[in-house]
Amino acid sequence: MRIAVCVKHVPDATVHKRLDPETKRLDRSGEGALNPTDLQAVEEALRIKEARGGDVVLVSLGPAKASDSLRKGLAMGADKALLVSDDAAAGSDLVATTAVLAAALERESPDLVLFGQASSDGDGAVLGAAVADRLHRPLVTQVAELTIEEGSLTGKRQTEHGYDVIKAPLPAVVAVSDAINEPRYPSLKGIMGAKSKPHETLALGALGVDAASAGEEGSKTTVRDLGPPPSRGDQVKLEDDGAAPQKILDYLVEKKLV
Amino acid sequence: MKSLVFLEHYHGQLEKGGLGVLSKAASLGEASGVVLGEGAGELAERAGAYGATTVYVSETAGLSAPLPQPRVDALAALVERTSPDVVLFGASVLASDVAAGLAARLEAGLNWDLTDLVLDGDELVGTRPALGDTVLVDVGWTGAPRLALVRAGTFDPVETGGTAAVESFDVEPSDFSTLAELVEQTQEESSGPSIEEADVIVAGGRGLGSPEAFALCEQLASALGGAVGATRAVVDAGWYPYSTQVGQTGKTVSPKLYVACGISGAIQHKVGMQGSGTIVAINRDPNAPIFDFADLAVVGDLHRIVPRLTELVRGRRSG
Repeated sequence: MRIAVCVKHVPDATVHKRLDPETKRLDRSGEGALNPTDLQAVEEALRIKEARGGDVVLVSLGPAKASDSLRKGLAMGADKALLVSDDAAAGSDLVATTAVLAAALERESPDLVLFGQASSDGDGAVLGAAVADRLHRPLVTQVAELTIEEGSLTGKRQTEHGYDVIKAPLPAVVAVSDAINEPRYPSLKGIMGAKSKPHETLALGALGVDAASAGEEGSKTTVRDLGPPPSRGDQVKLEDDGAAPQKILDYLVEKKLV
Repeated sequence: MKSLVFLEHYHGQLEKGGLGVLSKAASLGEASGVVLGEGAGELAERAGAYGATTVYVSETAGLSAPLPQPRVDALAALVERTSPDVVLFGASVLASDVAAGLAARLEAGLNWDLTDLVLDGDELVGTRPALGDTVLVDVGWTGAPRLALVRAGTFDPVETGGTAAVESFDVEPSDFSTLAELVEQTQEESSGPSIEEADVIVAGGRGLGSPEAFALCEQLASALGGAVGATRAVVDAGWYPYSTQVGQTGKTVSPKLYVACGISGAIQHKVGMQGSGTIVAINRDPNAPIFDFADLAVVGDLHRIVPRLTELVRGRRSG
């Protein structure tokens, strides 16, 4: 079976993330990495491939340097990578991103599309559900355990109330939860091998996506203004010198919380 | 501003999150609600008390299981019929899927994680704390319907005592919407008060060191009249039940007081508790990220501090 994993190149966790006051977009000039929860989606795809055979293709929308992140996924064991990169796609919101990814996925026609839980920069946990609707495929999100059977899948979905076990026929779209697995580290052999794996970069036109349906033009949301972070009020700091319990109690009393 | 608010229900009760969003919507103009699935009819009228003028209900068979795709069909049909300016959701696992699917279906703009909604003349503006709450972004939409997911716990339900007209509608599910099927449902019940309703939560993370140390959290929670929460790491490790998990996977809570014991404050945890009124964090590591957003940051050994604090709270309560 063919598994596509949608992944995102995000600013590295150690980089201070900021929005550019001019473009009001995320400043992506610093070091980047594969989005942490996407690593779990890649890992799950590799486990399925190891158990059942098939191939794993990474699909991404992002700047040219997202190639570096895709190479990490290839080093983990994915078979090929498809990056959609186009200046006209910069600033895409959910609807615009969905249009581009759906076109890329239709080209690859996978049996299973996997997403990570949420990106560390957008933090919406919404893309998988939007893509499933666009592709007319069944959807299961927040999947903590995934089993593939002949022609179908069973996912254990984590909700606020417990677990829902959901069965869906393939082809399907699954977004994994952050509890699903521990992603592997690429081996040296994997890192070396990644360099010779197919690694395509396509512009929107090559995918048949109209530039007007991507980027800011294709977006239905806007960023109007940026402001200082929400203030939580004054923070009180204390180091325990033995009196911390009493000081905490005093603080709670003052705030009328006890 | 004409709003349609998605009202979730669980165990025969409308969820507080949706009702809070409904109260907010009613303050911005005419607000309707939509309740879907088994028992929707009975619950619908109650939404009137929170400001809905009309509540649309559908109990079509495809809506019994808590799955998103048939709900996208229902909302798409309702949006076409009633042309709301805005469709609002209180964030949850289900609501996020429904909102995202609806955005794709209608090619409509979706903004998420909003902590406020205001009218700027005729335009709706959402407030979104982004990048780990390091920047506050004013977001907008290019056209109707505007879709928005509101951060859990942002708006409190306000009872105004009105009554709503209840209107049933039929849903014709799309062929692909009914392919996913619910085959089993397990609900983990925790002992003690539910963390979603609690005014005080004492939560434990890996810094507790062992599952036994959760007793420290339980004792402090009991002294403060609160519930116990846990991080994903300790739930995964089997130290505490999943029903108490706070975070992106798990529950989103907004108690008046959140006491974090031995919790580093990873983003996955933070999104589940950042709406709390006052956050007290006790951690040995002065560089723990939780200290970036705690109101009271205590650097020290929780194994020493928490038991003593429990005694002091008990002493104050009995004295």
